[in-house]
Amino acid sequence: MDLNALTIDGARSAVQAREITATSLAEAFYSKIEKDDPQIGAYLTLSKERALAQAARMDSLAAKGEPLPPLGGVPVGIKDVMVTHGVRTTAGSKILGNYIPPYDCTAVTRMEDAGAVLLGKLNCDEFAMGSSNENSAWHPVHNPRDLSRVPGGSSGGSAAAVAANMAVATLGSDTGGSIRQPASFCGVVGLMPTYGRVSRYGLIAFASSLDRIGPLTNTVKDGATVLRTIAGRDPMDSTSADVPVPDYVAELEKPVRGLRLGVAREYFGEGLDPEVRKSVEAAIQKLAKLGCEIIPVSLPHTEYAIPTYYIVATAEASSNLARFDGVRYGYRAGDARTLSEMYRRSRDQGFGAEVKRRIMLGTYALSAGYYEAYYLKAQKVRTLLVRDFDEAFKKVDAIVTPTSPTAAFRLGEKVDDPLSMYLADIFTVTADLAGIPGISVPCGNTKENLPVGLQILGKHFDEAMILRVAHAYEQAS
Amino acid sequence: MRLPERGLEYPRYTNMKVTEKDVANVADLANLELTADERGVLLRDLNSILEYIDRLNQLDTTHVPPMSEGHAKAAGYTSAGREDILEGLRKSLPHAVALQNAPDSDGTFFKVPKVIER
Repeated sequence: MDLNALTIDGARSAVQAREITATSLAEAFYSKIEKDDPQIGAYLTLSKERALAQAARMDSLAAKGEPLPPLGGVPVGIKDVMVTHGVRTTAGSKILGNYIPPYDCTAVTRMEDAGAVLLGKLNCDEFAMGSSNENSAWHPVHNPRDLSRVPGGSSGGSAAAVAANMAVATLGSDTGGSIRQPASFCGVVGLMPTYGRVSRYGLIAFASSLDRIGPLTNTVKDGATVLRTIAGRDPMDSTSADVPVPDYVAELEKPVRGLRLGVAREYFGEGLDPEVRKSVEAAIQKLAKLGCEIIPVSLPHTEYAIPTYYIVATAEASSNLARFDGVRYGYRAGDARTLSEMYRRSRDQGFGAEVKRRIMLGTYALSAGYYEAYYLKAQKVRTLLVRDFDEAFKKVDAIVTPTSPTAAFRLGEKVDDPLSMYLADIFTVTADLAGIPGISVPCGNTKENLPVGLQILGKHFDEAMILRVAHAYEQAS
Repeated sequence: MRLPERGLEYPRYTNMKVTEKDVANVADLANLELTADERGVLLRDLNSILEYIDRLNQLDTTHVPPMSEGHAKAAGYTSAGREDILEGLRKSLPHAVALQNAPDSDGTFFKVPKVIER
Protein backbone atom coordinates (compact mmCIF):
# COMPACT_ATOMS: atom_id res chain seq x y z
CA MET A 1 0.00 0.00 0.00
CA ASP A 2 1.41 3.42 -0.98
CA LEU A 3 0.46 5.24 2.17
CA ASN A 4 1.04 8.67 0.66
CA ALA A 5 -1.28 8.09 -2.29
CA LEU A 6 -4.37 7.18 -0.25
CA THR A 7 -7.71 8.93 -0.69
CA ILE A 8 -9.68 10.12 2.34
CA ASP A 9 -11.82 6.97 2.41
CA GLY A 10 -8.78 4.78 1.74
CA ALA A 11 -6.86 6.27 4.64
CA ARG A 12 -9.80 6.23 7.03
CA SER A 13 -10.79 2.63 6.25
CA ALA A 14 -7.19 1.43 6.56
CA VAL A 15 -6.95 3.02 10.01
CA GLN A 16 -10.41 1.74 10.96
CA ALA A 17 -9.52 -1.81 9.90
CA ARG A 18 -6.19 -1.47 11.74
CA GLU A 19 -4.22 -2.30 8.63
CA ILE A 20 -2.18 0.75 9.56
CA THR A 21 -2.23 3.10 12.50
CA ALA A 22 -3.02 6.78 12.15
CA THR A 23 0.30 7.37 13.90
CA SER A 24 2.33 5.44 11.31
CA LEU A 25 0.35 7.15 8.55
CA ALA A 26 1.20 10.60 9.96
CA GLU A 27 4.84 9.52 10.28
CA ALA A 28 4.88 8.32 6.66
CA PHE A 29 3.70 11.77 5.59
CA TYR A 30 6.30 13.52 7.74
CA SER A 31 9.03 11.31 6.17
CA LYS A 32 7.76 12.21 2.73
CA ILE A 33 7.75 15.91 3.65
CA GLU A 34 11.28 15.64 5.03
CA LYS A 35 12.46 13.97 1.83
CA ASP A 36 10.60 15.96 -0.86
CA ASP A 37 9.64 19.32 0.59
CA PRO A 38 13.14 20.83 0.50
CA GLN A 39 12.73 20.86 -3.31
CA ILE A 40 9.09 22.02 -3.30
CA GLY A 41 8.71 24.37 -0.33
CA ALA A 42 5.03 23.73 0.39
CA TYR A 43 5.18 23.75 4.20
CA LEU A 44 6.04 26.72 6.40
CA THR A 45 5.44 25.16 9.82
CA LEU A 46 4.94 21.55 10.92
CA SER A 47 2.62 20.78 13.83
CA LYS A 48 3.95 17.34 14.72
CA GLU A 49 2.95 17.29 18.37
CA ARG A 50 -0.64 18.24 17.58
CA ALA A 51 -0.77 15.75 14.68
CA LEU A 52 0.56 12.82 16.68
CA ALA A 53 -1.80 13.53 19.60
CA GLN A 54 -4.77 13.48 17.22
CA ALA A 55 -3.45 10.34 15.49
CA ALA A 56 -3.18 8.62 18.87
CA ARG A 57 -6.83 9.52 19.60
CA MET A 58 -7.89 7.98 16.29
CA ASP A 59 -5.80 4.87 16.96
CA SER A 60 -7.40 4.40 20.34
CA LEU A 61 -10.89 4.72 18.80
CA ALA A 62 -9.96 2.15 16.15
CA ALA A 63 -8.46 -0.17 18.76
CA LYS A 64 -11.74 -0.10 20.67
CA GLY A 65 -13.58 -0.92 17.48
CA GLU A 66 -15.47 2.35 17.55
CA PRO A 67 -16.39 3.93 14.21
CA LEU A 68 -14.00 6.67 13.12
CA PRO A 69 -15.38 10.06 12.10
CA PRO A 70 -15.39 10.86 8.34
CA LEU A 71 -11.80 12.15 8.27
CA GLY A 72 -10.53 9.82 11.02
CA GLY A 73 -6.73 9.64 10.79
CA VAL A 74 -6.54 11.52 7.48
CA PRO A 75 -3.38 13.69 7.22
CA VAL A 76 -4.21 17.23 6.10
CA GLY A 77 -2.47 20.59 5.67
CA ILE A 78 -3.86 24.09 6.20
CA LYS A 79 -3.03 27.26 4.27
CA ASP A 80 -1.17 29.63 6.53
CA VAL A 81 -3.94 32.27 6.40
CA MET A 82 -6.10 30.22 8.78
CA VAL A 83 -5.23 30.64 12.44
CA THR A 84 -4.27 27.59 14.50
CA HIS A 85 -4.16 27.64 18.28
CA GLY A 86 -0.56 27.39 19.45
CA VAL A 87 0.80 26.80 15.93
CA ARG A 88 2.65 29.69 14.25
CA THR A 89 0.49 31.39 11.61
CA THR A 90 2.20 33.91 9.33
CA ALA A 91 -0.14 34.48 6.35
CA GLY A 92 3.09 34.27 4.34
CA SER A 93 4.16 37.62 5.81
CA LYS A 94 7.10 38.84 7.87
CA ILE A 95 4.73 41.07 9.78
CA LEU A 96 3.26 37.92 11.39
CA GLY A 97 6.57 36.04 11.53
CA ASN A 98 6.26 35.12 15.21
CA TYR A 99 2.49 35.10 15.57
CA ILE A 100 1.13 32.25 17.71
CA PRO A 101 -2.68 32.47 17.54
CA PRO A 102 -4.67 32.02 20.75
CA TYR A 103 -7.60 30.33 18.95
CA ASP A 104 -8.55 28.07 16.03
CA CYS A 105 -10.22 28.91 12.73
CA THR A 106 -13.70 27.28 12.58
CA ALA A 107 -12.85 25.34 9.40
CA VAL A 108 -9.77 23.88 11.15
CA THR A 109 -11.84 22.98 14.23
CA ARG A 110 -14.38 21.21 12.03
CA MET A 111 -11.64 19.27 10.22
CA GLU A 112 -10.12 18.12 13.51
CA ASP A 113 -13.53 17.33 15.03
CA ALA A 114 -14.02 15.07 12.02
CA GLY A 115 -10.79 13.26 12.88
CA ALA A 116 -8.29 14.92 10.52
CA VAL A 117 -4.62 14.92 11.50
CA LEU A 118 -3.17 18.42 11.01
CA LEU A 119 0.36 17.98 9.59
CA GLY A 120 1.21 21.67 9.35
CA LYS A 121 0.75 25.05 7.75
CA LEU A 122 1.14 25.66 4.03
CA ASN A 123 3.01 28.32 2.12
CA CYS A 124 1.08 31.00 0.22
CA ASP A 125 1.43 34.44 -1.26
CA GLU A 126 1.67 37.11 1.43
CA PHE A 127 -1.87 37.69 2.79
CA ALA A 128 -3.10 35.55 -0.16
CA MET A 129 -2.16 38.32 -2.60
CA GLY A 130 -0.71 36.73 -5.70
CA SER A 131 -1.12 34.20 -8.48
CA SER A 132 2.23 32.40 -8.36
CA ASN A 133 3.16 32.00 -4.68
CA GLU A 134 6.24 34.14 -5.41
CA ASN A 135 4.94 36.81 -3.03
CA SER A 136 5.52 34.59 0.00
CA ALA A 137 7.86 36.45 2.36
CA TRP A 138 9.53 33.12 3.21
CA HIS A 139 10.30 31.21 0.04
CA PRO A 140 8.61 30.38 -3.25
CA VAL A 141 6.86 27.05 -3.90
CA HIS A 142 7.98 24.92 -6.83
CA ASN A 143 5.39 23.08 -8.93
CA PRO A 144 5.78 19.33 -8.23
CA ARG A 145 5.11 18.61 -11.92
CA ASP A 146 8.00 20.80 -13.06
CA LEU A 147 10.21 22.38 -10.43
CA SER A 148 11.13 25.32 -12.69
CA ARG A 149 7.49 26.43 -12.72
CA VAL A 150 5.18 28.14 -10.25
CA PRO A 151 2.44 26.15 -8.49
CA GLY A 152 0.00 29.01 -8.98
CA GLY A 153 -1.32 31.11 -6.15
CA SER A 154 -2.17 32.19 -3.74
CA SER A 155 -2.83 28.69 -2.29
CA GLY A 156 0.34 27.37 -3.99
CA GLY A 157 1.51 25.35 -0.99
CA SER A 158 -1.96 23.80 -0.57
CA ALA A 159 -2.03 22.65 -4.21
CA ALA A 160 1.60 21.49 -4.30
CA ALA A 161 1.27 19.49 -1.07
CA VAL A 162 -1.67 17.51 -2.48
CA ALA A 163 -0.01 17.05 -5.89
CA ALA A 164 3.20 15.79 -4.27
CA ASN A 165 1.30 13.47 -1.88
CA MET A 166 2.52 15.42 1.15
CA ALA A 167 -1.09 15.66 2.42
CA VAL A 168 -4.25 13.76 1.51
CA ALA A 169 -6.26 16.97 1.49
CA THR A 170 -5.60 20.63 2.24
CA LEU A 171 -7.58 23.78 2.88
CA GLY A 172 -6.96 26.86 0.77
CA SER A 173 -8.66 30.22 0.38
CA ASP A 174 -9.97 31.87 -2.78
CA THR A 175 -10.41 35.62 -3.29
CA GLY A 176 -9.73 35.94 -7.03
CA GLY A 177 -8.93 32.35 -8.03
CA SER A 178 -6.52 31.30 -5.30
CA ILE A 179 -7.90 27.75 -4.91
CA ARG A 180 -8.83 26.93 -8.51
CA GLN A 181 -5.86 28.39 -10.38
CA PRO A 182 -3.18 26.57 -8.31
CA ALA A 183 -5.28 23.38 -8.45
CA SER A 184 -5.23 23.73 -12.23
CA PHE A 185 -1.45 24.40 -12.35
CA CYS A 186 -0.62 21.43 -10.10
CA GLY A 187 -3.12 18.93 -11.54
CA VAL A 188 -5.39 18.54 -8.51
CA VAL A 189 -9.04 19.28 -7.68
CA GLY A 190 -9.79 22.68 -6.11
CA LEU A 191 -13.24 23.74 -4.93
CA MET A 192 -14.37 27.26 -4.06
CA PRO A 193 -17.76 27.03 -2.32
CA THR A 194 -20.50 29.68 -2.48
CA TYR A 195 -19.89 32.91 -0.53
CA GLY A 196 -21.31 32.19 2.93
CA ARG A 197 -21.15 28.40 2.65
CA VAL A 198 -18.09 27.98 4.86
CA SER A 199 -17.39 30.03 8.00
CA ARG A 200 -14.45 32.40 7.77
CA TYR A 201 -14.01 32.80 11.50
CA GLY A 202 -10.23 32.67 11.98
CA LEU A 203 -9.39 33.31 8.33
CA ILE A 204 -6.98 36.27 8.20
CA ALA A 205 -9.03 38.72 6.15
CA PHE A 206 -7.90 39.94 2.73
CA ALA A 207 -11.11 41.14 0.99
CA SER A 208 -14.16 40.45 3.11
CA SER A 209 -16.79 40.51 0.34
CA LEU A 210 -14.78 37.92 -1.64
CA ASP A 211 -12.73 35.63 0.66
CA ARG A 212 -13.75 31.97 0.85
CA ILE A 213 -12.29 28.77 2.29
CA GLY A 214 -12.35 25.51 0.33
CA PRO A 215 -10.60 22.16 -0.19
CA LEU A 216 -7.82 20.98 -2.52
CA THR A 217 -7.74 17.22 -3.04
CA ASN A 218 -6.67 14.52 -5.47
CA THR A 219 -10.23 13.41 -6.23
CA VAL A 220 -13.61 15.12 -6.55
CA LYS A 221 -15.07 12.76 -3.96
CA ASP A 222 -12.45 13.84 -1.43
CA GLY A 223 -13.37 17.46 -2.15
CA ALA A 224 -17.04 16.62 -1.49
CA THR A 225 -16.10 14.91 1.78
CA VAL A 226 -14.12 17.91 3.01
CA LEU A 227 -16.82 20.38 1.99
CA ARG A 228 -19.45 18.34 3.86
CA THR A 229 -17.19 18.61 6.91
CA ILE A 230 -16.53 22.36 6.88
CA ALA A 231 -19.78 23.76 5.42
CA GLY A 232 -22.67 25.25 7.37
CA ARG A 233 -23.69 28.15 9.58
CA ASP A 234 -21.28 29.23 12.29
CA PRO A 235 -22.54 31.72 14.89
CA MET A 236 -19.00 33.18 15.06
CA ASP A 237 -19.24 34.40 11.44
CA SER A 238 -22.29 36.55 10.73
CA THR A 239 -21.67 36.19 6.96
CA SER A 240 -21.95 32.40 7.10
CA ALA A 241 -25.27 31.33 5.62
CA ASP A 242 -28.02 29.45 7.39
CA VAL A 243 -28.66 27.24 4.37
CA PRO A 244 -29.03 23.43 4.67
CA VAL A 245 -25.89 21.46 3.74
CA PRO A 246 -26.65 18.51 1.46
CA ASP A 247 -24.74 15.23 1.58
CA TYR A 248 -22.32 16.17 -1.19
CA VAL A 249 -20.83 12.68 -1.36
CA ALA A 250 -24.21 11.00 -1.90
CA GLU A 251 -25.12 13.62 -4.53
CA LEU A 252 -22.05 12.68 -6.62
CA GLU A 253 -23.66 9.53 -7.87
CA LYS A 254 -26.67 11.21 -9.45
CA PRO A 255 -26.62 10.89 -13.25
CA VAL A 256 -25.43 13.76 -15.43
CA ARG A 257 -27.37 12.71 -18.52
CA GLY A 258 -29.69 15.51 -19.57
CA LEU A 259 -27.91 18.23 -17.61
CA ARG A 260 -27.50 21.51 -19.51
CA LEU A 261 -23.96 22.86 -19.54
CA GLY A 262 -23.24 26.40 -20.71
CA VAL A 263 -20.20 27.36 -22.75
CA ALA A 264 -19.46 31.10 -22.80
CA ARG A 265 -17.52 32.38 -25.78
CA GLU A 266 -16.00 35.13 -23.61
CA TYR A 267 -13.84 32.44 -22.00
CA PHE A 268 -12.45 31.13 -25.28
CA GLY A 269 -11.18 34.33 -26.88
CA GLU A 270 -7.83 36.00 -27.38
CA GLY A 271 -5.15 35.12 -24.84
CA LEU A 272 -6.29 31.53 -24.34
CA ASP A 273 -3.34 29.20 -24.92
CA PRO A 274 -4.13 26.86 -27.87
CA GLU A 275 -3.14 23.74 -25.94
CA VAL A 276 -5.35 24.72 -23.01
CA ARG A 277 -8.20 25.36 -25.44
CA LYS A 278 -7.73 21.92 -27.00
CA SER A 279 -7.81 20.12 -23.64
CA VAL A 280 -10.86 22.04 -22.41
CA GLU A 281 -12.76 21.52 -25.69
CA ALA A 282 -11.99 17.80 -25.50
CA ALA A 283 -13.33 17.75 -21.95
CA ILE A 284 -16.54 19.45 -23.08
CA GLN A 285 -16.88 16.83 -25.83
CA LYS A 286 -16.51 14.13 -23.22
CA LEU A 287 -19.26 15.67 -21.11
CA ALA A 288 -21.46 15.78 -24.21
CA LYS A 289 -20.78 12.06 -24.74
CA LEU A 290 -21.91 11.46 -21.17
CA GLY A 291 -25.28 12.88 -22.17
CA CYS A 292 -24.93 16.52 -21.15
CA GLU A 293 -26.48 19.08 -23.44
CA ILE A 294 -23.97 21.79 -24.42
CA ILE A 295 -25.59 25.21 -24.75
CA PRO A 296 -23.89 28.47 -25.80
CA VAL A 297 -24.33 31.26 -23.25
CA SER A 298 -23.05 34.81 -23.05
CA LEU A 299 -21.40 36.53 -20.10
CA PRO A 300 -20.86 39.90 -21.76
CA HIS A 301 -19.25 41.75 -18.85
CA THR A 302 -16.44 39.23 -18.36
CA GLU A 303 -13.80 41.63 -19.67
CA TYR A 304 -14.60 44.06 -16.86
CA ALA A 305 -14.04 41.52 -14.11
CA ILE A 306 -10.30 42.08 -13.55
CA PRO A 307 -10.49 45.88 -13.24
CA THR A 308 -13.54 45.49 -10.95
CA TYR A 309 -11.69 42.95 -8.84
CA TYR A 310 -8.61 45.12 -8.40
CA ILE A 311 -10.70 47.94 -7.02
CA VAL A 312 -12.91 45.88 -4.70
CA ALA A 313 -10.16 43.59 -3.44
CA THR A 314 -7.55 46.29 -2.84
CA ALA A 315 -10.01 48.71 -1.23
CA GLU A 316 -11.15 46.04 1.23
CA ALA A 317 -7.56 44.90 1.80
CA SER A 318 -6.39 48.42 2.63
CA SER A 319 -9.01 48.50 5.37
CA ASN A 320 -8.44 44.93 6.65
CA LEU A 321 -4.66 45.31 6.78
CA ALA A 322 -4.84 48.51 8.84
CA ARG A 323 -4.87 46.28 11.93
CA PHE A 324 -1.21 45.36 11.45
CA ASP A 325 0.40 48.22 13.33
CA GLY A 326 2.93 46.61 15.64
CA VAL A 327 0.90 47.21 18.82
CA ARG A 328 -0.91 44.01 19.80
CA TYR A 329 0.86 41.30 17.78
CA GLY A 330 3.27 40.89 14.93
CA TYR A 331 6.40 42.73 13.92
CA ARG A 332 7.36 46.05 15.50
CA ALA A 333 10.16 48.21 14.11
CA GLY A 334 12.73 48.78 16.84
CA ASP A 335 14.00 52.22 15.99
CA ALA A 336 10.86 54.35 16.28
CA ARG A 337 10.78 57.30 18.66
CA THR A 338 7.09 58.15 18.32
CA LEU A 339 3.91 56.14 17.94
CA SER A 340 3.38 57.44 14.44
CA GLU A 341 6.89 56.45 13.40
CA MET A 342 6.37 53.03 14.92
CA TYR A 343 3.21 52.39 12.90
CA ARG A 344 4.85 53.46 9.66
CA ARG A 345 8.16 51.70 10.07
CA SER A 346 6.58 48.48 11.34
CA ARG A 347 4.35 48.35 8.27
CA ASP A 348 7.12 49.47 5.90
CA GLN A 349 9.48 46.78 7.12
CA GLY A 350 6.84 44.11 7.74
CA PHE A 351 4.90 44.15 4.46
CA GLY A 352 6.23 42.99 1.07
CA ALA A 353 6.11 44.92 -2.19
CA GLU A 354 2.86 43.46 -3.57
CA VAL A 355 1.01 43.99 -0.29
CA LYS A 356 2.13 47.62 -0.20
CA ARG A 357 1.14 48.07 -3.85
CA ARG A 358 -2.39 46.82 -3.08
CA ILE A 359 -2.72 48.81 0.13
CA MET A 360 -1.72 51.93 -1.82
CA LEU A 361 -4.12 51.23 -4.70
CA GLY A 362 -6.97 50.44 -2.29
CA THR A 363 -6.31 53.49 -0.12
CA TYR A 364 -6.23 55.67 -3.23
CA ALA A 365 -9.53 54.22 -4.46
CA LEU A 366 -11.20 54.92 -1.12
CA SER A 367 -9.64 58.35 -0.55
CA ALA A 368 -11.68 61.56 -0.53
CA GLY A 369 -13.16 62.34 -3.92
CA TYR A 370 -12.43 58.96 -5.49
CA TYR A 371 -14.89 56.65 -3.73
CA GLU A 372 -17.63 57.12 -6.33
CA ALA A 373 -15.29 56.90 -9.30
CA TYR A 374 -13.72 53.65 -8.15
CA TYR A 375 -15.24 51.57 -5.34
CA LEU A 376 -18.86 52.51 -6.01
CA LYS A 377 -18.35 52.13 -9.76
CA ALA A 378 -16.77 48.70 -9.26
CA GLN A 379 -19.62 47.56 -7.00
CA LYS A 380 -22.09 48.59 -9.71
CA VAL A 381 -20.20 46.68 -12.38
CA ARG A 382 -20.26 43.76 -10.00
CA THR A 383 -24.05 43.85 -10.14
CA LEU A 384 -23.78 43.57 -13.94
CA LEU A 385 -21.55 40.51 -13.57
CA VAL A 386 -24.10 38.91 -11.23
CA ARG A 387 -26.86 39.63 -13.76
CA ASP A 388 -24.77 37.96 -16.50
CA PHE A 389 -24.67 34.78 -14.45
CA ASP A 390 -28.35 35.04 -13.44
CA GLU A 391 -29.33 35.21 -17.11
CA ALA A 392 -27.07 32.31 -18.07
CA PHE A 393 -28.31 30.11 -15.24
CA LYS A 394 -31.88 30.49 -16.49
CA LYS A 395 -30.77 28.34 -19.41
CA VAL A 396 -28.16 26.02 -17.94
CA ASP A 397 -27.36 23.99 -14.80
CA ALA A 398 -23.63 24.78 -14.81
CA ILE A 399 -21.06 26.60 -16.94
CA VAL A 400 -17.80 25.04 -18.15
CA THR A 401 -14.68 27.11 -18.89
CA PRO A 402 -10.89 26.84 -18.75
CA THR A 403 -9.65 27.54 -15.20
CA SER A 404 -6.65 29.55 -16.39
CA PRO A 405 -5.67 30.90 -19.83
CA THR A 406 -2.30 29.11 -19.63
CA ALA A 407 -0.65 26.17 -17.91
CA ALA A 408 1.87 26.87 -15.12
CA PHE A 409 4.35 29.59 -16.06
CA ARG A 410 8.01 29.75 -15.07
CA LEU A 411 9.24 31.08 -11.74
CA GLY A 412 10.28 34.69 -12.24
CA GLU A 413 8.43 35.02 -15.54
CA LYS A 414 5.89 37.60 -14.36
CA VAL A 415 7.28 39.05 -11.13
CA ASP A 416 8.21 42.41 -12.66
CA ASP A 417 4.85 42.94 -14.31
CA PRO A 418 1.95 43.23 -11.85
CA LEU A 419 -0.70 43.72 -14.52
CA SER A 420 0.26 40.60 -16.46
CA MET A 421 0.25 38.66 -13.17
CA TYR A 422 -3.25 39.98 -12.41
CA LEU A 423 -4.48 38.72 -15.78
CA ALA A 424 -3.63 35.13 -14.76
CA ASP A 425 -6.91 35.25 -12.79
CA ILE A 426 -9.09 36.36 -15.70
CA PHE A 427 -11.32 33.23 -15.78
CA THR A 428 -11.56 32.77 -12.02
CA VAL A 429 -12.34 36.26 -10.63
CA THR A 430 -15.84 36.36 -12.11
CA ALA A 431 -17.12 33.68 -9.73
CA ASP A 432 -15.50 35.42 -6.75
CA LEU A 433 -17.19 38.69 -7.65
CA ALA A 434 -20.58 37.04 -8.23
CA GLY A 435 -20.44 34.90 -5.08
CA ILE A 436 -21.09 31.64 -6.95
CA PRO A 437 -19.22 28.34 -6.46
CA GLY A 438 -16.58 26.97 -8.82
CA ILE A 439 -14.40 23.89 -9.09
CA SER A 440 -11.27 23.11 -11.09
CA VAL A 441 -10.75 19.51 -12.14
CA PRO A 442 -7.71 18.22 -14.11
CA CYS A 443 -8.42 17.75 -17.83
CA GLY A 444 -5.30 16.48 -19.53
CA ASN A 445 -1.83 17.86 -20.07
CA THR A 446 0.04 20.09 -22.47
CA LYS A 447 2.84 18.70 -24.68
CA GLU A 448 5.25 19.70 -21.92
CA ASN A 449 3.26 17.49 -19.55
CA LEU A 450 1.83 20.43 -17.59
CA PRO A 451 -1.68 19.94 -16.21
CA VAL A 452 -4.70 21.82 -17.57
CA GLY A 453 -7.79 22.59 -15.47
CA LEU A 454 -11.46 22.50 -16.43
CA GLN A 455 -13.51 24.99 -14.41
CA ILE A 456 -17.16 24.29 -13.64
CA LEU A 457 -19.25 27.16 -12.24
CA GLY A 458 -22.62 26.72 -10.53
CA LYS A 459 -25.54 28.59 -9.06
CA HIS A 460 -25.41 30.00 -5.54
CA PHE A 461 -25.37 27.13 -3.00
CA ASP A 462 -25.42 24.51 -5.76
CA GLU A 463 -22.01 22.98 -5.05
CA ALA A 464 -23.70 19.57 -5.38
CA MET A 465 -24.23 20.22 -9.10
CA ILE A 466 -20.66 21.22 -9.95
CA LEU A 467 -19.25 18.38 -7.86
CA ARG A 468 -21.51 15.95 -9.71
CA VAL A 469 -20.40 17.17 -13.14
CA ALA A 470 -16.74 17.19 -12.07
CA HIS A 471 -17.05 13.68 -10.64
CA ALA A 472 -18.69 12.32 -13.80
CA TYR A 473 -15.94 13.87 -15.94
CA GLU A 474 -13.19 12.56 -13.64
CA GLN A 475 -14.63 9.03 -13.65
CA ALA A 476 -14.90 9.03 -17.44
CA SER A 477 -11.37 10.35 -18.06
CA MET B 1 11.63 42.65 0.96
CA ARG B 2 11.89 42.62 -2.80
CA LEU B 3 10.72 45.30 -5.13
CA PRO B 4 11.04 44.88 -8.86
CA GLU B 5 14.38 46.34 -9.91
CA ARG B 6 13.00 47.28 -13.24
CA GLY B 7 9.40 47.64 -14.29
CA LEU B 8 7.69 47.52 -17.60
CA GLU B 9 8.45 50.12 -20.18
CA TYR B 10 5.22 51.94 -19.50
CA PRO B 11 4.10 54.50 -22.03
CA ARG B 12 4.57 58.14 -21.10
CA TYR B 13 1.25 59.47 -19.96
CA THR B 14 -0.07 62.71 -21.26
CA ASN B 15 -2.19 63.12 -18.16
CA MET B 16 -0.95 61.01 -15.29
CA LYS B 17 -3.74 60.25 -12.86
CA VAL B 18 -1.53 59.83 -9.85
CA THR B 19 1.19 62.36 -9.09
CA GLU B 20 4.15 62.16 -6.73
CA LYS B 21 2.18 64.29 -4.32
CA ASP B 22 -0.75 61.81 -4.44
CA VAL B 23 1.60 58.94 -3.66
CA ALA B 24 2.89 60.84 -0.63
CA ASN B 25 -0.66 61.64 0.55
CA VAL B 26 -1.90 58.10 0.08
CA ALA B 27 1.16 56.66 1.86
CA ASP B 28 0.33 58.99 4.71
CA LEU B 29 -3.28 57.77 4.85
CA ALA B 30 -2.11 54.15 4.70
CA ASN B 31 0.44 54.60 7.50
CA LEU B 32 3.35 53.74 5.25
CA GLU B 33 6.61 55.62 5.01
CA LEU B 34 8.10 54.17 1.79
CA THR B 35 11.58 54.81 0.42
CA ALA B 36 12.14 57.11 -2.54
CA ASP B 37 12.67 54.02 -4.74
CA GLU B 38 9.39 52.48 -3.59
CA ARG B 39 7.55 55.71 -4.28
CA GLY B 40 8.92 55.79 -7.80
CA VAL B 41 7.86 52.22 -8.53
CA LEU B 42 4.42 52.82 -7.01
CA LEU B 43 3.91 56.01 -9.01
CA ARG B 44 4.46 54.04 -12.19
CA ASP B 45 2.47 50.94 -11.12
CA LEU B 46 -0.55 52.88 -9.82
CA ASN B 47 -0.79 54.88 -13.03
CA SER B 48 -0.50 51.76 -15.14
CA ILE B 49 -3.11 49.82 -13.12
CA LEU B 50 -5.53 52.76 -12.89
CA GLU B 51 -5.29 53.32 -16.62
CA TYR B 52 -6.35 49.69 -17.10
CA ILE B 53 -9.14 50.10 -14.54
CA ASP B 54 -10.44 53.11 -16.49
CA ARG B 55 -12.12 50.75 -18.92
CA LEU B 56 -14.94 50.46 -16.36
CA ASN B 57 -16.02 53.89 -17.57
CA GLN B 58 -17.04 52.34 -20.89
CA LEU B 59 -20.08 51.05 -18.99
CA ASP B 60 -23.07 53.22 -18.20
CA THR B 61 -24.01 52.28 -14.65
CA THR B 62 -26.28 55.25 -13.91
CA HIS B 63 -29.26 53.05 -13.10
CA VAL B 64 -27.39 50.03 -11.74
CA PRO B 65 -27.48 49.51 -7.97
CA PRO B 66 -24.14 48.70 -6.31
CA MET B 67 -23.65 45.18 -5.06
CA SER B 68 -23.59 45.34 -1.29
CA GLU B 69 -24.76 42.45 0.77
CA GLY B 70 -25.46 41.37 -2.77
CA HIS B 71 -24.46 37.81 -2.15
CA ALA B 72 -27.14 37.49 0.45
CA LYS B 73 -29.84 38.91 -1.76
CA ALA B 74 -28.68 36.94 -4.77
CA ALA B 75 -28.87 33.76 -2.78
CA GLY B 76 -32.15 34.53 -1.07
CA TYR B 77 -30.89 34.52 2.48
CA THR B 78 -30.02 37.29 4.86
CA SER B 79 -27.00 37.13 7.08
CA ALA B 80 -28.79 37.05 10.37
CA GLY B 81 -28.09 38.99 13.50
CA ARG B 82 -28.24 37.21 16.78
CA GLU B 83 -29.50 37.64 20.29
CA ASP B 84 -27.38 39.88 22.48
CA ILE B 85 -25.57 37.61 24.91
CA LEU B 86 -24.05 38.98 28.10
CA GLU B 87 -20.54 37.63 27.58
CA GLY B 88 -20.70 37.27 23.82
CA LEU B 89 -20.46 33.93 22.04
CA ARG B 90 -17.08 33.27 23.52
CA LYS B 91 -15.52 34.57 26.70
CA SER B 92 -12.89 37.24 26.23
CA LEU B 93 -9.32 36.00 26.21
CA PRO B 94 -7.62 36.04 29.61
CA HIS B 95 -5.19 38.95 30.02
CA ALA B 96 -2.05 36.87 29.77
CA VAL B 97 -3.22 35.18 26.57
CA ALA B 98 -4.29 38.44 24.95
CA LEU B 99 -0.87 39.92 25.67
CA GLN B 100 1.23 36.88 24.69
CA ASN B 101 1.89 38.13 21.14
CA ALA B 102 2.49 41.73 22.15
CA PRO B 103 5.84 43.17 21.01
CA ASP B 104 5.93 45.09 24.29
CA SER B 105 3.68 45.05 27.37
CA ASP B 106 3.84 45.59 31.09
CA GLY B 107 1.63 42.63 31.88
CA THR B 108 -1.52 44.77 32.03
CA PHE B 109 -1.30 47.04 28.99
CA PHE B 110 0.23 47.07 25.53
CA LYS B 111 3.19 49.47 25.58
CA VAL B 112 3.94 51.86 22.72
CA PRO B 113 6.40 54.70 22.17
CA LYS B 114 5.49 58.20 23.29
CA VAL B 115 2.60 59.81 21.49
CA ILE B 116 3.78 63.26 20.49
CA GLU B 117 1.49 64.34 17.71
CA ARG B 118 -1.26 62.94 15.52
